Amino acid sequence: MFEIFGISSQALFGQLLIGLINGSFYALLSLGLAVIFGMLNIINFTHGAQYMLGAFAAFFLLQYAGLGYWWAIVVAPLAVGATGIVIERLFLQWLYKLDHLYGLLLTFGLALMIEGTFRNFFGSSGLPYAVPPELQGGQNLGFMFLPNYRAWVVVFSIAVCLSTWFVIERTKLGAYLRAATENPTLVRAFGINVPRMITLTYGFGVALAALAGVMAAPIYNVSPQMGANLIIVVFAVVVIGGMGSIMGAILTGFGLGVIEGLTKVFFPEASNTVIFIVMAIVLLIRPAGLFGRGV
Amino acid sequence: MADVADPKATQATPALRSQSEVIAFVIMAVALVVAPAFAYPVFLMKALCFALFACAFNLLIGYVGLLSFGHALFFGWGAYFAAHLAKVGAVSLPFWLGKWHWLVIPLPPLPPELAILGGALFAALLGLIVGALAIRRQGIYFAMVTLALAQMMFFFAVQAPFTHGEDGIQAVPRGKLLGFIDLADQTNMYFTVLVIFLGCFLLIYRIINSPFGEVLKAIRENEPRAISLGYKTERYKLVAFVLSATFAGVAGATKALVFQLASLTDVDWPMSGEVILMTLVGGLGTLFGPVAGAFFVVTLENYLTTIGQWVFVVQGAIFVGCVLLLRRGIIGELARVLRIKL
Repeated sequence: MFEIFGISSQALFGQLLIGLINGSFYALLSLGLAVIFGMLNIINFTHGAQYMLGAFAAFFLLQYAGLGYWWAIVVAPLAVGATGIVIERLFLQWLYKLDHLYGLLLTFGLALMIEGTFRNFFGSSGLPYAVPPELQGGQNLGFMFLPNYRAWVVVFSIAVCLSTWFVIERTKLGAYLRAATENPTLVRAFGINVPRMITLTYGFGVALAALAGVMAAPIYNVSPQMGANLIIVVFAVVVIGGMGSIMGAILTGFGLGVIEGLTKVFFPEASNTVIFIVMAIVLLIRPAGLFGRGV
Repeated sequence: MADVADPKATQATPALRSQSEVIAFVIMAVALVVAPAFAYPVFLMKALCFALFACAFNLLIGYVGLLSFGHALFFGWGAYFAAHLAKVGAVSLPFWLGKWHWLVIPLPPLPPELAILGGALFAALLGLIVGALAIRRQGIYFAMVTLALAQMMFFFAVQAPFTHGEDGIQAVPRGKLLGFIDLADQTNMYFTVLVIFLGCFLLIYRIINSPFGEVLKAIRENEPRAISLGYKTERYKLVAFVLSATFAGVAGATKALVFQLASLTDVDWPMSGEVILMTLVGGLGTLFGPVAGAFFVVTLENYLTTIGQWVFVVQGAIFVGCVLLLRRGIIGELARVLRIKL
């Protein structure tokens, strides 16, 4: 135990870890938003609800099918991603030629419907979800106690973010995606099924949100409004980072999580608002966002 | 924004167009004057406050093409400030001079007209700050910035002592308008709200049809071209934003007096969603759409109060339905069918 600026190392690193955990979720969610926006030109307001669906899917799998965390982390994103594909086919595909704002309004309506339905059946109180037995306990690092599960969340989400970045920026599939973002008509002329790619992209972005939800379930409780307030913070993260760059979204997500964690230590009153304050400052200094290209 | 202003709907001559608006306005005014005979005044006053709120919101989305997802900020803080002025009066402002001091302005509890004016001015000030930040980004980012800043001020409302957190500012006195009209009387209150609503409605109409309003519409249609014609579009957008915030503040302040309550519900994001819903249902960019939409949504919620959280599901379904099938809104479709401007 030692002290830094009069704060015990336990509190400081504890909050830093919480910051990194929150940052993992910000990064996963803003990454999904950026991928979806790149292909569909739609800001997916349903993202928070889909994160919540991921957590509930894990809860249901355990409750009704007896399938634990390791099943959930595979099955829940696939299942919620599949609902995303249905949503894209049913609703979103009609909006691509319209102004951006209609996509935002429609997905906002979907979020209200999903979250309202779940609040109706499960109330506002959270349902507990246990940490998987393999990841219970923790390590004493000397300067702080590190719960295994939290270390896993940080490491795994970094791995997911980096693989997504690798697939999009460094593989042939990613090259198709980026090309279709730039000029869908030309890519179609080369014989690539762009509409199917768009559908699958939305499914993938939604699956990322659901994956974040599964990972969040043992940390926060599973509750119908777990995504509603988070999505607004993630929007601020997206404004700060700009949606032009995949790596930008990842770095901004983790960075802001850490800043939020530090604020909890040094100035707890502002911990709820610090990300919005950072957003205001970034808008003043770099209106296009830290990693943005144009506005 | 092709769906917002349909040129086919406005093919009639300008004289006839403005005529249809005048006739519609007279019908609306007469209907609202006789309405208390048929409906509860409190219900009507609620609908009128929301109608004004939606008109203020529509000034931005319909005529400048800016989607603000944080208009609850101005509505809610207009309500808080007016409620505080009417109930307590004294305002303390923190300022920094080596260390923090409090500048206390020892006001007595203010009469309703000054409380509403104060709420409106405070909303205008917030509009200036939020607008100056938000117009630095366009399109979808604008919506996200306004939503985020509104959420920030929501957290501030949760923490600030004068808002009384979860309780809100309760038992706000309605007071005596101009010193002699007792607003505790429901009829007096109703007609005060009606005058405020109609006055603001006409002001908004005047703004939309002024040369300033024409520039706003030009920005909505094609901002780069408006810039190339020499208009400083950022300034126009900022002024429009402040005007919209001010009217939203008037609506919130009036609502605080009607219900004698300013609470967290008024500043929270579902309220921002609700005003978007009202405007969308009525018709983006139509003069009477927001009013019709507000009455529709308030009536709907009146009937749906018993079904709890399903209200959100119904609201969401209306959002989805409107975006997919009814992008012009009720009034927009009506205007298209009748080939007039509304």
